[in-house]
Amino acid sequence: MNFPILSSLILLPTIGALFIFFVRSSNSQYQSSKYVALFITSANFFLSLYLWIVFDKSIFDFQFVEEREWISGFVNYKVGVDGISILFILLTTFITPICVITVNATIKNRLKDFLIAILILETFMIGVFCSLDLVVFYLFFEAGLIPMFLIIGIWGGERRVYSAFKFFLYTLLGSVLMLVAIISIYWITGTTDVIKLYELGIDAKYQNLLWLAFFSSFAVKTPMWPVHTWLPDAHVEAPTAGSVLLAAILLKMAGYGFIRFSLGLFPDASLYFVPLVYTLSLIAIIYTSLVALMQEDMKKLIAYSSVAHMGFVTLGIFTMTQQGIEGSIFQMISHGLVSAALFLCVGVVYDRLHTRLINRYGGLVSIMPKYAIVFMVFTLGALGLPGTSGFIGEFLVLMGAFKKNILVATIASLGVILGAAYMLWLYKRIIFGKLINEDVKKMVDLKRFEIVTLWLLVLPIIFFGFYPEPLINSIEVSVANMIDMNDFDKINKLALGK
Amino acid sequence: MENLQLIIPELFISIMIMFLLIFGVFKKNSSQLVYNLTTLSLVAALALIINLNTQIQSSLFNNSYNIDNLSKFMKILLILSGIFVMLSSSKYIQISKISKIEYPILILCSILGMMVMISSNDLIVFYMGLELQSLALYVLASFNRDNLLSTESGLKYFVLSALSSGLLLYGCSLIYGFSETTNFNQIMANTKEVEYGLTFGIVFILVGLAFKISAVPFHMWAPDVYQGSPTSVTVFFALLPKIAALTVFIRFLYIPFYELVDQWQMIIIFLSIASMVFGAVAAIGQKNLKRLIAYSSISHMGYALAGLSTGATQGVQSSITYITIYLVMNLAFFSCLFMLKRNDKYYENIDDLSGLSKNHPLLSLSLLVVLFSLAGIPPLAGFFAKFYIFVAVINEEMYFLAIVGLLATVIAAFYYLRIIKIIYFDPEKEKFETKHNLGLKFTLVASTFFILAYFIYPSGIVDIISKINIS
Repeated sequence: MNFPILSSLILLPTIGALFIFFVRSSNSQYQSSKYVALFITSANFFLSLYLWIVFDKSIFDFQFVEEREWISGFVNYKVGVDGISILFILLTTFITPICVITVNATIKNRLKDFLIAILILETFMIGVFCSLDLVVFYLFFEAGLIPMFLIIGIWGGERRVYSAFKFFLYTLLGSVLMLVAIISIYWITGTTDVIKLYELGIDAKYQNLLWLAFFSSFAVKTPMWPVHTWLPDAHVEAPTAGSVLLAAILLKMAGYGFIRFSLGLFPDASLYFVPLVYTLSLIAIIYTSLVALMQEDMKKLIAYSSVAHMGFVTLGIFTMTQQGIEGSIFQMISHGLVSAALFLCVGVVYDRLHTRLINRYGGLVSIMPKYAIVFMVFTLGALGLPGTSGFIGEFLVLMGAFKKNILVATIASLGVILGAAYMLWLYKRIIFGKLINEDVKKMVDLKRFEIVTLWLLVLPIIFFGFYPEPLINSIEVSVANMIDMNDFDKINKLALGK
Repeated sequence: MENLQLIIPELFISIMIMFLLIFGVFKKNSSQLVYNLTTLSLVAALALIINLNTQIQSSLFNNSYNIDNLSKFMKILLILSGIFVMLSSSKYIQISKISKIEYPILILCSILGMMVMISSNDLIVFYMGLELQSLALYVLASFNRDNLLSTESGLKYFVLSALSSGLLLYGCSLIYGFSETTNFNQIMANTKEVEYGLTFGIVFILVGLAFKISAVPFHMWAPDVYQGSPTSVTVFFALLPKIAALTVFIRFLYIPFYELVDQWQMIIIFLSIASMVFGAVAAIGQKNLKRLIAYSSISHMGYALAGLSTGATQGVQSSITYITIYLVMNLAFFSCLFMLKRNDKYYENIDDLSGLSKNHPLLSLSLLVVLFSLAGIPPLAGFFAKFYIFVAVINEEMYFLAIVGLLATVIAAFYYLRIIKIIYFDPEKEKFETKHNLGLKFTLVASTFFILAYFIYPSGIVDIISKINIS
């Protein structure tokens, strides 16, 4: 393979953004810039689909690796994919065109700028998932802040300025320590190349501090309790497409970072800090589920449910078992689809009634039956009903957790019940009940483009719920290698022997 | 016989100063012509400097004037910034009615002084250059003499600067007293052991230099002078003296007193941390853009000093990279300021930017890029500048400095974001004029492009700078 397919994936959206930027437009051409964006993002999706098909799933090595000298004698631009990262790339390229379709209803002003921001953001997101060099990773990881800040700030709701600032400063504060850690790694080992670092390993005496520095960044981004407070604000104020991207992909960067860097580079420290991560994850699962129960704003409720779901993800990753890690990855993909869909659903009713308060709705089932059906699928996906992709992820995570610590697993299972409670209650209050509000009666059912976007998400959620094999197949070897490489199994057995 | 061809650029500029002075006096209404001739002579001087062969380090006048890679690179930076400042501010000078023949000539004088500072390898030569540039700058600061703020800033700058020059001179005399020479190389040879007098001398000189680059706690003049001076002078203040003073910093610390690194390292670390943190915090409440950029430049100087404090060649190189990128960013920022013009009046308050993005999408986009770059967000050039500094600092295991510096960037990000918020999120105001002269547009486009595209080929500048070695 000489064709630089990963770099094309990264660059294509930027080229599209430049194209939209340089083509001067009158008002009538506004629509055409949307089609350009849709075309580019779809092309990117098919390119990544092709990548997934030709990707050799039976070996754990990084594939399609490209390396170029960048900062001479110091950092090389290096990208490549393994079974884990390719799924996230696929998720990114799948969600972005859906976001582009939604701008129809949600973005009233400065459409061109919005599309440019989305496309640039896609470049950075794909870059995060393919970079195989710590500095390149940091670059993409941080750069994503700029377009997201603008998306929340320019097209957001009433308190958009506060939310945009909170989002930006929280994340920036978290990640500066990671930069210190990355540079320290360079001076300790002489390289920032991830593959070489996997081989070299990092001396155990440095690992704990470095792990904490990376953790500070990923914990904010995940977000874990107690640094999750930026997420509800950012979600509530962001426009629909922004919320979708934030929930579906930006949060996954941290989960991916945990697997690729925290586990991969600092295995000893990861083991050392397992109790910390367990505790924070359990608090996130239970506490934010309870908080979600109390919410009166739909977007806030879903935002808190995201924190709880990401709690499962961090829990699964740090069980360091095959099932746990696979479950976490599956849960991230599934949550990416489900939460994106839920935010789209909220966007649908928000566009009609211009409120997100749950008690203003009720009885939608009789006016919007098509909406009621898709919303049900997503609700069930979010609470992890068997037959949806949400179930597989949570099940595998809990299985991994039971293997390691029964108490932790039991408490986490309680979270599943709470999850069912707040999701079903939300569904009941919006879709069923009496039609009391006069405005609600005037609402129209789904328009064609909404049907397309929502069913595009229904299909994978149900498909992977019944047949998870394609995803599991793709991550299995890489996860097994990760566990072998760091001797997690041996350590696990030792721990059990005690 | 001295090898005078090495100082042809300096000689050329001196001759041009005298020629332009005579020319300007005898020819009526020639201020614009003199201005253009000054720009041209800077271009010629740039060509002369690039033409110099610095493969072998050479020195003149009893080893008191050094021509090496460091001085060549810094002079190129200096003259280039000078040219861009002249290009971008020509319209401003006409409109603010300060277009007099003295203006460009004073600029040439101070550039000559800075060139002498950059090459100096002797305390007396260095002091001479310093005073030449300072005297020209005092006059420039108060050049808009009918404006109260401008006069105040000139006087304030003069009084405080004279005080710091006094301290500096006292430091020079102490060093002379304890080492029996004023030549940098001989000072190194003569001072093998630590003596109190010598340490005092170093401290006094560092105070004087810290004043010139407005490092905390010697920064008091900067906000007032930046705000009061005409903007065309402010941009000059923000760029050129920093280059010269930083070069002297490097030479002074790394040639005569490299052995005494323990004596000065703590001082530089303190100056660095204080500047980074104070600059970031104090800028938050500012309403005037020029004042804000003054605090921002204080903070940026803190980062440049952090590189110097490492006591390693790599640190010095990272500082030089930092100052290079800093110059470009500030040039872009001031070019944007020069564009905020409506009915022959320039606007410089942050509130005037409100909703700029609706009427001037391109100008706001460049401001966006510049501000994110100043805040050090990747993938813009400002990030790489900070990145090199922290690579050098962490290599010396100065983790405290690195972490404080990075936390300061988070604080600083807040006020840069505030400007972006005003430009992009707030309701729009009246339109500004959209017609600008070519030089200004070129400056803005070139500098913004540099900031945006730097990440594509970051090793270009680093490779050049890595040829600079201090010995």
